[in-house]
Amino acid sequence: MPEAATLEFRRATKRYPGQEEPAVNELSLTVPAGEICVLVGPSGCGKTTAMRMVNRMIDISDGDILLDDRSVTDREPAELRREIGYAIQQIGLFPHLTVGDNIATVPRLLGWEKERIAERVDELLKLVSLDPGETRDRYPAQLSGGQRQRIGVARALAVDPPLMLMDEPFGAIDPINRESLQNEFLRLQQALRKTIVFVTHDIDEAIKMGDRIAILKQGGHLAQFATPAELLMYPADKFVEDFVGADRALKRLALQRVRDIDLWTAATVRVGEPVAEARAKLDDADIDYLLVVDEDGRPRGWLSERGLSGERVTEEFRSKAQPVVEMDDVLRDALSDLLESETRYGAVVDDGGRVQGILSLEVISHVLQAPPEDVPHGADAFVPED
Amino acid sequence: MLQVIAQIQTRNRTGGTCEANNGFCPDWIADNYDRYIDPFLQHVFLTVVSVSIGFAIAFGLALLAHRKRWLLPAFSGASEVLYAIPSVALFLLLLPVTGRGTLTGLVALVSYTLIFIFVNVTTGLDGVPEDSVDAARGMGLTERQLLWRVEVPLALPEIFAGLRIATTTTVGLAALAFFAGAGGLGEEITRDKGFQSNIAVAGGLAVLLALVLDLLILFVQRLMTPWRRAAA
Amino acid sequence: MTPVLASFFSDFGNAIEFLFKAQPSNLDPGTKVGGFSEMLSLTLKHIALSASAIGVGTAIAIPLGLYLGHRRKGEFAAINASNVGRAIPTLVLLTVFIAYIGVGFVPIMLSLALLALPPVLTNTWVAVTQVDRDSVDAARGMGMTDTEIITRVELPLSLPTIFAGIRVSAVNVVATATIAPLGSVDSLGTPIISENVYGEDGRLGAAIAVSVLTLLISAGLAAFQRAITPEGLKLEADASRKRFLPKLRRRETATS
Repeated sequence: MPEAATLEFRRATKRYPGQEEPAVNELSLTVPAGEICVLVGPSGCGKTTAMRMVNRMIDISDGDILLDDRSVTDREPAELRREIGYAIQQIGLFPHLTVGDNIATVPRLLGWEKERIAERVDELLKLVSLDPGETRDRYPAQLSGGQRQRIGVARALAVDPPLMLMDEPFGAIDPINRESLQNEFLRLQQALRKTIVFVTHDIDEAIKMGDRIAILKQGGHLAQFATPAELLMYPADKFVEDFVGADRALKRLALQRVRDIDLWTAATVRVGEPVAEARAKLDDADIDYLLVVDEDGRPRGWLSERGLSGERVTEEFRSKAQPVVEMDDVLRDALSDLLESETRYGAVVDDGGRVQGILSLEVISHVLQAPPEDVPHGADAFVPED
Repeated sequence: MLQVIAQIQTRNRTGGTCEANNGFCPDWIADNYDRYIDPFLQHVFLTVVSVSIGFAIAFGLALLAHRKRWLLPAFSGASEVLYAIPSVALFLLLLPVTGRGTLTGLVALVSYTLIFIFVNVTTGLDGVPEDSVDAARGMGLTERQLLWRVEVPLALPEIFAGLRIATTTTVGLAALAFFAGAGGLGEEITRDKGFQSNIAVAGGLAVLLALVLDLLILFVQRLMTPWRRAAA
Repeated sequence: MTPVLASFFSDFGNAIEFLFKAQPSNLDPGTKVGGFSEMLSLTLKHIALSASAIGVGTAIAIPLGLYLGHRRKGEFAAINASNVGRAIPTLVLLTVFIAYIGVGFVPIMLSLALLALPPVLTNTWVAVTQVDRDSVDAARGMGMTDTEIITRVELPLSLPTIFAGIRVSAVNVVATATIAPLGSVDSLGTPIISENVYGEDGRLGAAIAVSVLTLLISAGLAAFQRAITPEGLKLEADASRKRFLPKLRRRETATS
């Protein structure tokens, strides 16, 4: 089952008896293979219902849902569900089974051999950054919330399903751990490229995690289905605009890192360089100031006119090299740093501390004008920590 | 009105003054302990067999009622009624139906175990965390797999508690089984109820049996529920 | 099969007849036993014995349970009181009192009171310890003394569970009072114990009578409990479906 599947909602509808409005109303969208589709919206908009219709935990009233072009009603529910990874908010680990046995549940149902199961369990534990030797034989009650969450994900991945359903999987975790779990999950997705339907009520999480976002309105209507950048730049209607929030521009800046954009080139000089050479560099640079760097290329300060008064460049600074922005920084954080300092320019350095370019407010606003297709999303926007 | 309640049989015992005074006499006990062996074994038999049968019945009924909730009031009501009938009365009421002997004793004792086991199995199954059930269904377990691999194991502590209660209660009730002609330690007790030594031995054996069985079941429970120990 | 059924019905017929019409005694044909008035008298004695025992047992168990529960002491004893109580056969309990203390109303009544104690004690203790801590804190903050907290906060909130324990005790005591005649105390069990006097019909008739009595009392107490339970707690009790037997089992499982 290793190939990621495509998922299509074809006018999928769910009506509950005695209720006028359907819970999900003719939902139609297609999730390409290997992408994360986030279902997001206010409470009661039908996002969880829609997700649970995929694995038939909730029956479809009208329309259809197709997994790899095959209707989900085509086979027995239990059979269908064994091909779909399922991770819920409260996790639902089995208290009476060890971590290893929990993960091994579906493989056992499918009749895998013992060695294969044991290997797979260890593989998955490593994948979610847990030590197999230490965790395998523990019981869920002995683990922290974050650890249980990872095991829930590992369990859902056990048989390498082509599709994963995740219902607020990080909802029960505290905000600090949630961020690192989200990052880890994106790292995983970079490697695994599964098709995932991810439900959340948090628009920021949706923007961070999703390749494509489906915003649902009350009554299960699809308000917009688009990439995060498209959503932020061109919200379909007032509801989407309000739901996304007034700080759309800032949210977009959260999607990109400094390394993704075109920076202004910096004119760098070293102490002791001939002044004539230094002045010549100014002609090619994008800004009118020289940045003094040391032998390794690390920024020391912005050069004042007095430093150019002699034959050779001297150590006379008009201001310190603050702020220093890193290539891996998210643009929104970089902007925040720029605004806090009094200079208009920030030196951008790589992980060795060497200057790579200059960041300014103008550079950032230029980024905001770029078309949404140029903005990466989902796992592509994620850069692994060193 | 005839007040012939003179069931106090003061036996004329030969032997030392201890016995004549109906006291607690270790010598007498040492000489006469073998008269208690058969009743004790019969008592064990009555208890173990009736709890086993009762468990089989009540467990099955509870599983049925777990899926078909409408059966719950009927089953629990029926077992409540059976429990409310005093054991002596039930033994006697069954006499015309099943005759005198072990069978009658067993039928009555089985009836008394039902409520404890039924209520506890039901409570145990109801107490299984909902998310585990949801996750299990979502992962593709059939209803049957869900029941036997998730719900019953997680209900075991509660089920064992019911088993313990049923067993200790049955030991107590089996002491009255002689009213049905089913033997047991009760017969020995009432044969000579004013004699302290007799009460001490026969009664002591009964209490001991209850405690031993209780601990045995607790031990098995600990064996079968390793995850509870881990959590502690 | 028919002969069995026939004798079954005739046995029961005779037994019921015994309840209402006096018969000649087996022991002494000249004297009459049975009949409605004697049965009624025995019933009243049965009830009197049971009520005294329950009263005494409850009078000790509830205050003790309230005190220990409020102070969060004596957990082991309170929880295991019921376990130990169950391990002692009622017959043994009675005959120990008979052999070591004596016969007559007081020893028998005391042995039954001892029987009544554990369920009420355990339930009271568990109920008090499960009272919402915030309510108790608030009460203390308002300046209530310990006694006032017990009587005005913990006791009212514990009543349904305590009453459930009383129900269990009541059924146990009424059922066990059947063998009170072993200790020279009259009850509905008299025709059963003194079969030589009252005959087989008497024995069976008494069995029927005592069953009916116990069922009525059990059902009556159940109805009473529903009547006095506040609406919110009633829904909770329904949901837990353990109306009859005390909630104590959850605690048992937790500590076992």
